[in-house]
This record gives sequence, C-alpha cells and structure tokens, in this order.
Amino acid sequence: MAKTIAEINEKIRKGKAVVVTAEEVIDIAKEKGVRKAAEEIDVVTTGTFGPMCSSGAFLNIGHSKPRIKLGGGKVYLNDIPVYTGIAAVDIFIGVNALPDDDPRNKFYPGEFNYGGGHVIQELIAGKDIILTATAYGTDCYPRKKLETLINIKDINEAILFDVRNAYQNYNVAVNLSDKVRYTYMGVLKPNLGNANYCSAGQLSPLLNDPYYKTIGVGTKLFLGGGIGYVAWHGTQHNPTALRGDNGVPRRGAGTLAVIGDLKQMKPEWLVGTSMLGYGCTLTVGIGVPIPILSEEILRYTIVSDADILAPIVDYSEAYPQREPDIVGEVSYAELKSGNIKVQGKDVPTASLSSYPKAVEIANILKKWIENGEFLLTEPVAPLPGVESGITSKPLKERPIVG
Amino acid sequence: MNVSRRIVLHFPPNMTGQPVVCRLVKDFGLTFNILKASISPGQEGLMVLELSGEQKNYDKGVKYLTETGIEIQSLSQDVVRDETKCTHCGACITICPTEAFSLEPRTRKVLFDHNKCVVCGLCVKACPPRAMIVYF
Repeated sequence: MAKTIAEINEKIRKGKAVVVTAEEVIDIAKEKGVRKAAEEIDVVTTGTFGPMCSSGAFLNIGHSKPRIKLGGGKVYLNDIPVYTGIAAVDIFIGVNALPDDDPRNKFYPGEFNYGGGHVIQELIAGKDIILTATAYGTDCYPRKKLETLINIKDINEAILFDVRNAYQNYNVAVNLSDKVRYTYMGVLKPNLGNANYCSAGQLSPLLNDPYYKTIGVGTKLFLGGGIGYVAWHGTQHNPTALRGDNGVPRRGAGTLAVIGDLKQMKPEWLVGTSMLGYGCTLTVGIGVPIPILSEEILRYTIVSDADILAPIVDYSEAYPQREPDIVGEVSYAELKSGNIKVQGKDVPTASLSSYPKAVEIANILKKWIENGEFLLTEPVAPLPGVESGITSKPLKERPIVG
Repeated sequence: MNVSRRIVLHFPPNMTGQPVVCRLVKDFGLTFNILKASISPGQEGLMVLELSGEQKNYDKGVKYLTETGIEIQSLSQDVVRDETKCTHCGACITICPTEAFSLEPRTRKVLFDHNKCVVCGLCVKACPPRAMIVYF
C-alpha cells in the first residue's frame, strides 16, 4: 500500500486527501486496525506550542540616507540590544535578549517582563518599533547615529530562524531542595511541591516520527501561524538518546532548526514569554504534517501519552550541576492526570506547553491541507538518525595556557 | 442565613492604628480569616479578609467598616485573566495555593474560579505570558 508524497499531493490538490490529527489517529487505528487506517489516511498533523528559547529573527531594515553601517555598531529595538555582527543593515534579534537596564536577578527573582521575544510578537502584530543605533562611520557609510520607527510592513525581510525548536521529549522538572527554585521550567516549589513538564506528548511532531523517517531538511510546516521549513537538524540534536521498545525516546532527543517568513506569522502563535527569575523567551507554535507513506509510518503516529515516558529531573541540584541522575520516569498520561508519584509522594503536575493550542495548530494545519492550500514537501536531506551516532556533547573545559 | 465573603479593605492612613477587625468579632459576632495584610510607606493599609457570619450581622459589620472611612472592595473583581493573553499552558495550576485554577478535562483548557481566588498574587508573576492582572 506504500504511497508517495507526490501521490498524496495529487489527492490534496483534488481536495480528496484524508487528513487527521495525531490525537484523532489513535482512536481511528484502534477502531479500524493499523492496516486499514494506513490505507485510508494520507496525512497526520501534529502540533506543539511551548516556550522555545533558541529562537530569533533576522531583519533587513533597508538603507538609510545617508547610509549607516550597523555592523560592528550598537543597535536596539525598543531598548532590546540586537546582534550587529553581519553587514550594514541586517540585524538579528534573539528572544532571550534583555534591555541593558533590566535589573535581571539583582532583585531576586527577576520579573523579566520584556525581552526580545516580546519585540518579535509586537513586530508581527504590526506595531511600530523604536530603532536606535550608533555606528563608527566609514567613507562609504558616513552616518554615526540613527533613531527611527520601523514597521514590519516597511522593512525588506523579516525571517524567523530558530536553531533549536520542537524538542523530541523533555525533562519533567522537580525541586528536591527546601527552597523555591525559579527555572526555565517555571517556579518549582520546595520539597517536591510540584512537577512541571513541557511537551505536547502524543501530538508533538518528533514523537510521532521517532526515527525521522518523514521529517527532514526541507519539510514544510506550520510555523508561528505562517509557513516555515525545517532548515537543518536543531542544535543539541541527540538521536542516540535512550529509547523505549516502541522507538520513542525516553529522554530529550531530536530537535529541529526551523525557518520562515515572519511577515506571514501571527502574534497569537509567537508569544513573548517571561519566566520568573530566569528570563525572557518566545512561545512558538509549530505543526508538522506526517505523510502516511506506509503502515510503519502510521504505526509511529498512533503513539499515545501512555506510551511516552519522560525523565523526572531535580532542578535544585542534578540539573544545575549537570549530574546525569534522574529521580524517576513517568508517562505523559500520568503527567496529564494532574498528579504523579515521586519518591512515594503525590506531586501535582503542570504544563508549560499548551495542549489546547497544540490541538488548535494540528487542526489548522489539517484544514490547510484539506483545503488544498498546503502541499507536502519531499525532504531534501534526512535528519541524522540513530545510525549517525551523533550525541549531544557537554563542554569540556580546558585551561588557557600562556 | 450565614454568609462568607472575601473582601478587600483599604485603610486610610489615620485608621491603620485602629483595632477595627476586633470590633467585627466583638460587636457583630463575625469570624474572620486574614488572607493578606500590608501597610504602604504612606501608612495606607490593605487587608484581604474572609468575613463570615449571619447575613444581618455581616451587613451591620460592613456598614460599620464603611462608616469608619475604610473603603471596601469585593475581592472577586481584583484578579482578572486577560483572555487574549492566556495560552492555557497550565503553569499557574500548581502555583495557586487555593486551587483557583483547574483543567477542563476534555479540552485541557485552564479554568479560573474567581470565588476561590484570594488575591495573593503568586500567579501574576508566575504566568509566562503575563495574562493575570491584579487590580486594587
């Protein structure tokens, strides 16, 4: 029954493709059997909506008159410093960037109410952004100062480029110490007061394609309410992570680097986010379509929350000290029940990734495909798999001699 | 009929030294639970109180408070959720000490029960998209 992406695209064009979400496919396969479901279904859509810190945007603001070379100078967008190490009017704004005068954690825990992620959200919302710049001046770029409003509709390019998104599984964060810990996994109450997790589980893109058999470089996807592509494997991509018998990673494993036109994206799908005592980030919406090319591919998409295990990690000691110890393992079904047992104690759970929004993303993508507006792409190169032997390495510090 | 309500009392500077809450017990037979109390640098006081007792006594107690010059606000209006900002992630659920947030089991959307909220403010800064707002 093997299908090709070209055949599926032909059905999409004719409005005849059968598209279901990664949540819906679970019951369909139970009811009809894997074989029949694989024959009938053409595409399974996935979704995730969580804080993704390795995100940012390249902007080309156009040349001023007279010209200014921002490269090597200093540039701020709404007081947020941006990266100027490239060319004259290309800048990069990272979502973790903070105003120079933000007190950070000097008043602990810092609030981090406004950062690079918030600027990106306001830019997409069509708001004017204040750009201030100083440069050193050259013969061909004489100007040394620039202060202006910019707007996304006027600048040349605005490109979202996230080097690590859509983590395939993630830690469940707890706090074994006797004081509150403020982390990128949220506020962790002392003595196992809560457990925070951050994955859409059964709807999450890479958990539905555990061996990267369909998702590769060039895969077209839903990104921030617009269309994006997989640009590369994400940083810290770790395909050799411990896996269960079903092939699903039991630790943080694969990641995606994604790219897309920020001008098409929407502020409800790229949300500036503040983590108390930690910093600013961006909550990113991503949905990846999985073409059902064979029974095997469908089998991967019917993974349910009960089949996906995540490690419970102590963020008061093990995580900051980079110790490999875990406190235990727990399934997403247990996590979503609202309570888990850790070291014999009932611990209430909370999610940092929004499941209702992940469902919405999977359904939007489903509608795009059903309406013939979104065709699937053939990957131009695979993501490194288990066979690559690639392992995310820790930093080996070496003394600087001489 | 017994009532139990959460109210916010704003004390003007000249009232912060007065034993107002004791009189609610002594003169009106009401019971109270102080949920939050603070005095600003300008000596204005703020107290979040759960006040319980018979309806007629409760009404008399509130009348007494108003006559002393204390401004009374109903608590349930004081913390609101900006629905356009909430992403329904759920980070607030385990932070709230009174379990005012819960998950709607079918949709997994986060529900906010105003009646359970005691305006402690813990959710405000713990909310990643800053959707919770306190109004005093």
